[in-house]
Amino acid sequence: MTELLIKNGFVFDPINKINGEKMDIAIKDGKIVAAVNEKTAEIIDASGLTVMPGAVDIHTHIAGGEVNTGRILRPEDHVKDVERKTAITRSGVGYSIPSTFTTGYRYSKMGYTTVMNPSMAPLEAKHTHEELNDIPMVDKATYPLLGDWWFVLEYLSKDKIEECARHIAWMLSTTKGYAIKIVNPGGLESWGFGGNVHSIDDQVPNFCITPREIVRGLAKVNKLLNLPHSIHLHTNNLGLPGNYSTTLDTMKALEDIYTGDKPVCHITHLQFSSFAGDGWGNMKSAADEISKYINNHNHMTFDMGQVIFSETTTMTADGPFEFTLYQLSGHKWVNADVETETSGGIIPMHYKRTSAVNAIQWSIGLELALLITDPWKIFMTTDHPNGGPFFAYPKIMAWLTSRKARMAMLKKCHKKAQKRSLLPSIDRELSLYELAIVTRAGQAKALGLPNKGHLGVGADGDVAIYNINPETLDISKKFRTARRAFGNAAYTIKDGEILVKDGEIVKTASGRTMWLDVNTAEPCVVDEDMKRRFREYWTVEYDNYPVFDHCVKVPEKITVKASV
Amino acid sequence: MTEVKSVVCPICGCLCDDLEVTVENNAIVKMKNGCSVCEAKMIHGYNSEERILKPMIRKDGKLVPVTMDEAIHKAAQILTDAKYPLLFGWSSSTSEAQRVGVELAEELGSALDNCCSVCHGPSVMATQEIGIPTCTLGQIRHRADLIVYWACNPWSSHPRHVERYTSFSEGRFEKSEWKDYIQKVKAASGKKKLEAAARQSRVIKYQPPPRPQTCTVDAPPQTIQKMGRKMIVFDVRKTMTAEAADYFVQVEPNKDYEILEALRCLINDQELDVEKVGGVPVEYLKEVADALVNCEFGVIFFGLGLTASAGRFRNIEIAISLTRDLNKKTKFVISPMRGHFNVTGANVVFAWQTGYPYALDFSQGYPQYNPGEFTAIDLLRRGDNDATLVISADPGAHFPKSAVQNMMKHPLIVINPDLNCISRLGDVVFPTQWCGIEYEGTAYRMDHVPIVLRKVVEPPEGVLNDEELLTKILAEVKRIKAEKAAKTPPKSTCATKKEEAN
Ligand code: SF4
Ligand SMILES: [Zn+2]
Repeated sequence: MTELLIKNGFVFDPINKINGEKMDIAIKDGKIVAAVNEKTAEIIDASGLTVMPGAVDIHTHIAGGEVNTGRILRPEDHVKDVERKTAITRSGVGYSIPSTFTTGYRYSKMGYTTVMNPSMAPLEAKHTHEELNDIPMVDKATYPLLGDWWFVLEYLSKDKIEECARHIAWMLSTTKGYAIKIVNPGGLESWGFGGNVHSIDDQVPNFCITPREIVRGLAKVNKLLNLPHSIHLHTNNLGLPGNYSTTLDTMKALEDIYTGDKPVCHITHLQFSSFAGDGWGNMKSAADEISKYINNHNHMTFDMGQVIFSETTTMTADGPFEFTLYQLSGHKWVNADVETETSGGIIPMHYKRTSAVNAIQWSIGLELALLITDPWKIFMTTDHPNGGPFFAYPKIMAWLTSRKARMAMLKKCHKKAQKRSLLPSIDRELSLYELAIVTRAGQAKALGLPNKGHLGVGADGDVAIYNINPETLDISKKFRTARRAFGNAAYTIKDGEILVKDGEIVKTASGRTMWLDVNTAEPCVVDEDMKRRFREYWTVEYDNYPVFDHCVKVPEKITVKASV
Repeated sequence: MTEVKSVVCPICGCLCDDLEVTVENNAIVKMKNGCSVCEAKMIHGYNSEERILKPMIRKDGKLVPVTMDEAIHKAAQILTDAKYPLLFGWSSSTSEAQRVGVELAEELGSALDNCCSVCHGPSVMATQEIGIPTCTLGQIRHRADLIVYWACNPWSSHPRHVERYTSFSEGRFEKSEWKDYIQKVKAASGKKKLEAAARQSRVIKYQPPPRPQTCTVDAPPQTIQKMGRKMIVFDVRKTMTAEAADYFVQVEPNKDYEILEALRCLINDQELDVEKVGGVPVEYLKEVADALVNCEFGVIFFGLGLTASAGRFRNIEIAISLTRDLNKKTKFVISPMRGHFNVTGANVVFAWQTGYPYALDFSQGYPQYNPGEFTAIDLLRRGDNDATLVISADPGAHFPKSAVQNMMKHPLIVINPDLNCISRLGDVVFPTQWCGIEYEGTAYRMDHVPIVLRKVVEPPEGVLNDEELLTKILAEVKRIKAEKAAKTPPKSTCATKKEEAN
């Protein structure tokens, strides 16, 4: 069958502790193998190039009800960035909420091969999957929003962890999801009547439970179910000045659940949860406090949620937060609550260097990534499109690897932000090896994807090759060259096939949708009582609720054996 | 005889999914839970005399049956020969078919529009201006204690809307008002009968429950102070929905904008210096404004009466603005009453593939959007296109005459299960299966909740479904285009040069 040999590249494969060694990578039938027949294999001459595993994005809003409502909301976002149909690719629009095809193509051009859609209302799961079917070039998965699901609130308030676990297992399989997503726990249910919670010990109205109990309960459930990823958490009070204390409280609340093996929680877009100060006027970075804590604890992982100075669209299940943004900006605003499960909101956003708050946010993201010493703990994201569109990733790579690059940007920022920024005091520059961790290896490991993020034998044949010669190019000085190289992969190889060459798509592929089939010893009983409860809670019948097998075009079922 | 449960009704935007259908000899003989509209279609309507069973091509002015291959080839030929075709309809197709539709339009460089442009297009435009605070229908069932129907009459257009999702549904935090309503109906159904009933239940003197208040009476408004869920209806006439309401405000035609603006002033504590707005005494509006502000969770449903009357998308914009303002005081949402069962899906699918929900054009090789330019009626009126494909819609019945006349000047392809106005005018007419009865696929409810329609009976032999049919047409279009390209030497453009270089 198809064989591919990537010869003589500088390989950065942190999971296998390979740091820039000159070596060959062989792929056969879509998988990395020890060797292939040099005479018959297709050869890529990668001498003078950087070879990494295909990149992985742990958190990017690319598909589903919310994203699509954002598309409908913002024609002005699309007109400035269009993609023509070609002989092999579909047309589309780009910018902050790209159409599905364009999303896949653009990720692939940057060397990405796996992307995770982090926010899916279970009731609208079919929609998310229909869109994922139309995102080509990459493997993908999606996390159902479960933190404010009535079943969860009811079981956890009665401390019925095992029952809760069985229902979560059922829900993950039913929605063809990959991880437990929690957004502003308790806050979304409160938002049903226009309220919110303001600390992890606030009571959720009508349910007799607190955010602390929800997060701890679901972390325990996650453990019982042996899910590959930890719970994936968007903290309470996100985006509000002074919220870092809530973030610290949340992290402390989970310490005792950690047993020394796998992290128990992933806090996403940490930047938005690391604000000090008590109002917008004196809002400042809490990166110092947050990173100190993280450097002393090992029970969690994080991603940046970096801000890019650009126009973009914020979208999150955190309905009350988007309402706050609406009150601040008066901008066009979508609220989209989903019965029994979650809420949602959308607001267009323009991050400006000339805004003190935005510039401080920009600085916080980088401070966190640089002050947290272990790159296996914090990964590169923009929380696309919340902090900025994903195609700006090469900029972040430059800021992380080049002090010169970030200082050049800081100089253009609002004076207040310059004064308050910790960046001038930070000399650290990520190496290519570390960059490979924060953009693929670390993300794959945190996600529990054994075949992704590395180039060891048996891994998926997903490879990114960049036009960077580590022997001759100092990326900390020539950051513009590096940026261009990261934005236009010399090659993107997916399952052993060359999809991108010199930043252009040469072949398309559909990519798989990974989902968890969680087997509990005693399956969740679907009796008449549950069906009745179902009918009371939702406006869709039990039989019509699941994402049926035929709804996922190229599925990859991952079976998990739970210990309950 | 088989019984199928949880069948989804493929008719209106309510997309009720609790139908129980009995099938005997490949025919639906009995059903439960559906409304009368639904029963009429599912039991008798779908297999009427008018059903098309064979593809037809117009020859010498008459539609004659042909083979499927011939019809597909003819349709593809028409579409590739045309300089600028228009593909229109889609509101009663599945999302799977709509997906193929977008690809076909892209391949042809054509215009692409769906029925949204003749119903809630203005609602989409208003949303693009200022957004929309909304929610799924279950949220309303559980929480709404104030329900406003504005310029719509669900009683006849969405018969189970009130029962399943609003006033008469039983939610976690709000109870059904069904009993209350029954009482009201009884009150109206004859005083004597009720007096007898009252005597029996040993009530000394029977007092009929209050009738819904109408602002057209000269008496001062009765306060809307009942406990539990309240329903307020704004409309130009007293519809069945208005009869069921707790409060009815009769609006002068084309005065919705003024009234909505007045309500905005009132809820923001501004005084109005006039006695009446849009024919409604300000006192009545104050009463309504109080109810809006004092509810726990309110919702406005609006219909075509608002999108199609003077002001059009400005009406929707002001209604959304009112909802935005109300959110500073309480929880409030607003939602359009989408008509056809999958017109929402057409918006959804078009948007994820192209960024835009309707009024699309691919003539530049990438999606462009402009309501008023690429919307079907406007395009047809100007006579811009030179071939039309209509699928699961009937512009013959709903479009203005000038648009249909222009459509008739050029070849017309129609895909529809039965003979409607437009298929009688077609040059190539395809039969198709009824989705949700004869084949399954996804549809999007009016609140964007996706539901998979079920198949309950076998389709007539040889009849394909929309998706299969479009896929075949698309393949044939591609084949014809490749054939043409092979005949004509390629123009040396930058793109081809680049390809050669590779
Ligand atoms: S209300 Fe609409 S969807 Fe429901 S049964 Fe009637 S026609 Fe069908
Ligand atoms: Zn996010």
